[in-house]
Amino acid sequence: MTLPSTTALPVQVQSLSKHFGEVRAVDDISFDIRPGEFLTLLGPSGSGKTTLLMMIAGFSRPTNGSIRIAGQEIVHLPPHKRNIGMVFQNYALFPHMTVGENIAYPLRLRKVGKAEIEDRVRNVLDLVQLGGYADRRISQLSGGQRQRIALARAIVFEPRILLMDEPLSALDKQLRETMQIEIRRLHDRLGMTTISVTHDQREALTMSDRIAVFSKGRLAQIASPTGLYEQPESRFIAEFIGESSFLPLRATPNGLAYGDQLIQFDEAPQHTSGNMLLMLRPERLRLATGDTSGEGANYFRGRVQTVVFQGESLLFEVMLDGGHKVFVRVANRSDSARLVPEEGQRVTLCLDRADARIVRAED
Amino acid sequence: MAQAVLNLPPSSLNPDQLKENHQALQKEQRSEARTMFRLTLPALLIVGLLMVAPIGWLLSMSFVGQDGSIGLENYILFFSEAVYREMFVNTFVIAFVVTAICLILGYPVAYLMAILPSPWSGFLMLLVLMPFWTSNLVRTFSWLIILQRNGLVNQLLVWIGAIERPIALVHNMTGTIIGMVHIMVPFLILPLYASMKAIDLNLMRAAANLGSTPAHAFRRVYLPLTMPGLVAGTIMVFVMCLGFYITPALLGGGRIKMIAQRIEESLALYPTWGPAAALAVLLLAMTAICLGVSLLLVRRLTAEMRG
Repeated sequence: MTLPSTTALPVQVQSLSKHFGEVRAVDDISFDIRPGEFLTLLGPSGSGKTTLLMMIAGFSRPTNGSIRIAGQEIVHLPPHKRNIGMVFQNYALFPHMTVGENIAYPLRLRKVGKAEIEDRVRNVLDLVQLGGYADRRISQLSGGQRQRIALARAIVFEPRILLMDEPLSALDKQLRETMQIEIRRLHDRLGMTTISVTHDQREALTMSDRIAVFSKGRLAQIASPTGLYEQPESRFIAEFIGESSFLPLRATPNGLAYGDQLIQFDEAPQHTSGNMLLMLRPERLRLATGDTSGEGANYFRGRVQTVVFQGESLLFEVMLDGGHKVFVRVANRSDSARLVPEEGQRVTLCLDRADARIVRAED
Repeated sequence: MAQAVLNLPPSSLNPDQLKENHQALQKEQRSEARTMFRLTLPALLIVGLLMVAPIGWLLSMSFVGQDGSIGLENYILFFSEAVYREMFVNTFVIAFVVTAICLILGYPVAYLMAILPSPWSGFLMLLVLMPFWTSNLVRTFSWLIILQRNGLVNQLLVWIGAIERPIALVHNMTGTIIGMVHIMVPFLILPLYASMKAIDLNLMRAAANLGSTPAHAFRRVYLPLTMPGLVAGTIMVFVMCLGFYITPALLGGGRIKMIAQRIEESLALYPTWGPAAALAVLLLAMTAICLGVSLLLVRRLTAEMRG
């Protein structure tokens, strides 16, 4: 099968802003996307991620700034001259055309020959595993099939880059997870620079090379999925990606401390100014048994308040003696069931030095 | 207590009781159907008495000749006399021109209403609906005043130098068409607006994204998607134009004869109601055919879009 011959182009966004009156929907954002990279713009609703995507696609005019693809400024081009593929949130497939006509639409506009159009439609349908669907009507397709057709239409004309606006939000959970992996695999085969927008952190973690997290119109952090999860820069990121509990720290001559307890780090934190918090991922905390005085870890004592059974794991809500609530997740293994403390029972929690991370309290 | 109910063994329901339930449920369903029928009966009676019976009477009268004989005499009259042919042509030409002008004027207004943010689109809707609250007769007389020889329009045209002396805007085809367009435009705008409102604006974005210029996207995506509303509105206006009476009678000044006026004249002209009834039957038949065709068209267009 011949794949659409795609290119891997770099994208540069510089000092991009979009103001609606006093409101700064996108506020002075700059980042580079590497050729062939899969970048996800992640953030809560109203964080500016969709506005940013609309500006790249050309549907929203920036107040200021520059967008360049392979060095070429595109900020002044109308959308139909940008040659950018896009998968819309509700797919935006033309209901009055068949699947084949939808996919052929961009090819006809580009004056591709009739025989070649047929070839390319067939190929791209095979690519999204819907071979033979060319004559179906859009209304005959399921949500997942529409999603694939939207993707096929967006890549068939060999655009310079691919944009996706919440591409999986209309699908049910199981299908979403299948499609995440499928889209990622397709991206790896095509190698096209891709920018996707989502508010679903799992989707971002699964599909992306890098994730740009947005908050209130600003870029909060841009990093690989691992980097974002393991080394979040702020409490906002730590809460948005995965679950976390936080303990306030204060600077002492000997290091950072929670109450009177000095916290042990593998690597001494570099910035210790301002309000610092100790980030505790529920799955990195352990219920300690036996010796709890070792130097290799940090120990916290408290009382179990609630135990929640969540299928693959058990979630404990523990009130520390210092007055802070933390969550502990324990994988549901056959032997762990026997160690499960009950509500009201006193426990000791253990955090390895390697898992001790600090984050900024403010965004 | 609750515990006791929950513990009720399933075996306590014997087959006889289930059968009893089944019969009771069926009886309920039958009585419900009877109630439904009784509730719709008044409406059915009204429709039968006021619609079906008079139309049947009309139909029967149309076959009664002037000498009391039964036959197609009245219908043959229409096709043999030039006056009637001219009148039919007139009627269709006026209906066609009015519909075309309504289309040209109405489409942009409907589009504007569909894309404007809510306070503005609401205001526009108010302007479109306003004429509905004034009687057709009043509006037609207003046009008579505005369009007359020394009326507002003629004075304005002379003042700006577009014409040297007042032109005839009423008592002719022009006046008839202006008056009818004014009355008919909302009937086109409303169904159009409904079908435009249902279009996902992302479709236009998608078209642009795939390389369409705005004009191309409009032609290939927007226009086809408004087709059901367009066809419905067009046929509605056309059909209503066919039976127009007041406006052509007043603004046409007796020179423009449409079918409804002929019906009125026939009553005065002939000793029997036969010719008038036959004309009315023809009008009814034409209207029914137009509506039937439009219904089929709209159904097919909508089906095409929904599958």
